[in-house]
Amino acid sequence: MTVRVRINGEEKELDVDPEMPLLWAVRDVLGLTGTKYGCGQALCGACTVHLDGQPVRACVTPIGRAEGHSVTTIEGLSPDGNHPLQKAWVELGVPQCGFCQTGQIMCAAALLAKKPQPSDKEIDQSLAGNLCRCGTYTRIRSAVKKAAGMSEE
Amino acid sequence: MTKLLTLISRRSFLEGLNLSVGGLALGVFSGGLAVAANEASTAKGAPGLNPNVFVHVAPDGAVTIVCARSEMGQGIRSSLPVLVADELGADMARVTVAQADGDKVYGDQNTDGSSSVRGVYDDIRRMGATARVMLVAAAARRWKVKPEACEARDHAVFLRDGTRSLGFGELVAAASKLPIPKEQDVKLRPKSELRRAGRPMPLLDGPAYVTGTAVFGADIRLPGMLIAVVARPPVVGGKVVRFDATRALAVPGVKKVFELPAPKPPYTFQLWGGVAVLAENTWAAMRGREALDITWEDGPNASYDSTTYREQLTASIREPGAVARNVGDIDAALASAARVVQAEYHVPHLSHVPMEPPVALARVENGTCEVWAPTQHPQAARGVAAATAELPEEKVQVHVTFLGGGFGRKSKADFIAEVVWLAKEAGVPVRVQWTREDDVRHDYYHSVSAQQLTAGLDASGKVIAWRHRTAFPPIASTFGQATRPSPSDLQQGVLDLALSVPNVRAETCEAPPHVRIGWLRSVYNIFHAFSVNAFVDELAHLRGADSRDMLLEVLGPPRQASLQELGITALRNYGASVEDHPVDAGRLRGVIERVTAMSGWDARKAKGRALGLAAHRSFLSYVAVVASVVKDDQGRLRVDEAWVSVDAGTILNPERVRSQMEGSVIFGMSIALHGAVTMKGGVPEQSNFHDLKLVRIGEAPRKIHVDIVPSELPSGGIGEPGVPPVAPAIINAIFALTGTRIRELPVSRTLAV
Ligand code: FES
Ligand code: FES
Repeated sequence: MTVRVRINGEEKELDVDPEMPLLWAVRDVLGLTGTKYGCGQALCGACTVHLDGQPVRACVTPIGRAEGHSVTTIEGLSPDGNHPLQKAWVELGVPQCGFCQTGQIMCAAALLAKKPQPSDKEIDQSLAGNLCRCGTYTRIRSAVKKAAGMSEE
Repeated sequence: MTKLLTLISRRSFLEGLNLSVGGLALGVFSGGLAVAANEASTAKGAPGLNPNVFVHVAPDGAVTIVCARSEMGQGIRSSLPVLVADELGADMARVTVAQADGDKVYGDQNTDGSSSVRGVYDDIRRMGATARVMLVAAAARRWKVKPEACEARDHAVFLRDGTRSLGFGELVAAASKLPIPKEQDVKLRPKSELRRAGRPMPLLDGPAYVTGTAVFGADIRLPGMLIAVVARPPVVGGKVVRFDATRALAVPGVKKVFELPAPKPPYTFQLWGGVAVLAENTWAAMRGREALDITWEDGPNASYDSTTYREQLTASIREPGAVARNVGDIDAALASAARVVQAEYHVPHLSHVPMEPPVALARVENGTCEVWAPTQHPQAARGVAAATAELPEEKVQVHVTFLGGGFGRKSKADFIAEVVWLAKEAGVPVRVQWTREDDVRHDYYHSVSAQQLTAGLDASGKVIAWRHRTAFPPIASTFGQATRPSPSDLQQGVLDLALSVPNVRAETCEAPPHVRIGWLRSVYNIFHAFSVNAFVDELAHLRGADSRDMLLEVLGPPRQASLQELGITALRNYGASVEDHPVDAGRLRGVIERVTAMSGWDARKAKGRALGLAAHRSFLSYVAVVASVVKDDQGRLRVDEAWVSVDAGTILNPERVRSQMEGSVIFGMSIALHGAVTMKGGVPEQSNFHDLKLVRIGEAPRKIHVDIVPSELPSGGIGEPGVPPVAPAIINAIFALTGTRIRELPVSRTLAV
């Protein structure tokens, strides 16, 4: 079966079972490995991508649901890794092991798109589904605010 | 240990790292075997070839530093190069870091025990300095001047009067023909000239992490590769009785099904057995596994039950154990004490759950084996791969990817054994992907423990007797027969605890293992720091004393506690000598004083919040933590602020020290508040992040303050020592706020969090 999706601005026709989770279609079929597997049950956020601009957990989203829609992965977030969030993340040294960070950034990007100046509470709520075992949360908050052009405190 | 600097000209070694043979290559060797600086003796097979750090300057001036330790979030790749660059006078923009394969040639590569920096700090600095001296000597010869007339900076050697300069690249050919200078002829730069070391440095791999281009364990693809997902025996020691793969093989994309050999105790790094489904993609392999029909035999551990085992451990610590530390006469002192206080503490099994579950890729063909894996211990991985593939180690290569967290889980090579066995059997490259459920259910768990603390107080409330009994199945049980901790296990927070108490005894009690036990970030320190700090806090409250004053009183005056004072004959001391790294009560006091000053301890009676304090020596560093706990509007307890003071001796990259301490607070909070793996019928009751809770962003403190003690003492560890004091600081704060004393982790068993 083929599924037609727009991935990072490019039309793709994938020969896959429409039930296959978007995560595995993106990783195994398209070879876009910036999207990570951490739990497979929508519990950790490592697999977060945008579906028509909305953050979704790719591990529980069948690729069929993306048919005719537009998917953005971390590879398509910005042309040169220069999204304000990516810059803030590097400047503030947010990543430790780095594994969860693409999912964190995709989630935060969706937040900033609809809420350019989020409060602490809104940041916490938007990122509540994204685990970081290395414990980078305080820096994530600071980096979101920095990217939003807000000062700390 | 003798250390020797030498030139490396071994072609295969350099080519394996894609480095030009024409450059200047220096390595520091340990082991005391003389290796002369010429091609013949460094040729293949020379024994004792152990460059545990290694630098290369290419003819075009590019400097490469080989990082033999794995990067798993501690920032080692951002930290080590800076020292070399500083000593050398190199331009950071022209320094790159190459990740070493698993090879004995690098000496110890095991990335655990918080040893990445403390293991190599001096070597790497001396190596950079030696390369500088050689480049300067080459320039001086060319200009026919004395070396003292020259200086190295900005990636070049300059004549001090500024009239001439030569780039490093132009000098390497001549420099590499010079003899290695003697140690006394290599002067290290004064600290004031080290421009970057000890100052914040940018995160080298930051851009790769935030764009998704950093290559982790599951991110490498080989042509013809299959993905394996394995159904492992639910109970440790269990076996497959029979299985039917018909339905699994009918899943589109599934190619093969294999039964793996069952391991035999001791389990070490053996694979787990079970049935593997190999498919074209990960999803098909997962569905194929679901469709397997397997009958298991569970074996003797099927009776393992956490509730019963807790009672068993409690009974064990109520009986005298084997004495591991003894000062004075504890029995007489307890008998004559004005008051005896006793408390028992329980900490459950904990799991590692790095965000990247175990995963590895292998190819076994034409008498060779190649592995790509996020391993903390590339040499163990290589050994296990060689044994599994039945090949000599020279035929096996282990490439280390980025690690999506490790915390000790990825030092174990079980998933390497699994992938190599499968790749060999399948005849095509195989990637084994563990699901999160697999990771939670088949971990080398942090050991479950029970401890009994008993103190005898005199009439004034001063502690005159201290007895610490501890019971936990030790890690040694994974590697052989062991049913109680060994004295050397107690180096972690029991034997190396300086106490100003005249009668002290520590005892180890029986605790037979039923699962694979492994080391988790900061290991036995987790429960020892918990019980000791909680107990001192209990004593303070009983006496109506300030917890900080009580802690300082029990530790006693600033001093280096001798083995005799500690009441032991030997201290493992994390592999370091007690001369270099004494048990320093003064340093522990120092971090306690700093952290309480910084957190406003004396003004802590603010409404609605309470502070708790804990301090601990581990991995040769000293850390004290103050946690602030509040009750939110739903009545849940929350840690809203935390302060950390760390004395880790000389540090290399304060920015990564800070990030490790911040991470340790969150890691310690998960342990304190949520973390537990419990067993029923020999099977873990948890499986994924819905029932195995970790701290999420909404629970993270508003602010984590980190104070680093300036020090030029030898380096201690950083990755682990921040963890142990966190849980006791939190439960001490909870007591101050609520009057409820937590003696069993996690807190969620007793109170809403
Ligand atoms: S992998 Fe999708 S939420 Fe965890
Ligand atoms: S940085 Fe390691 S899990 Fe978030």
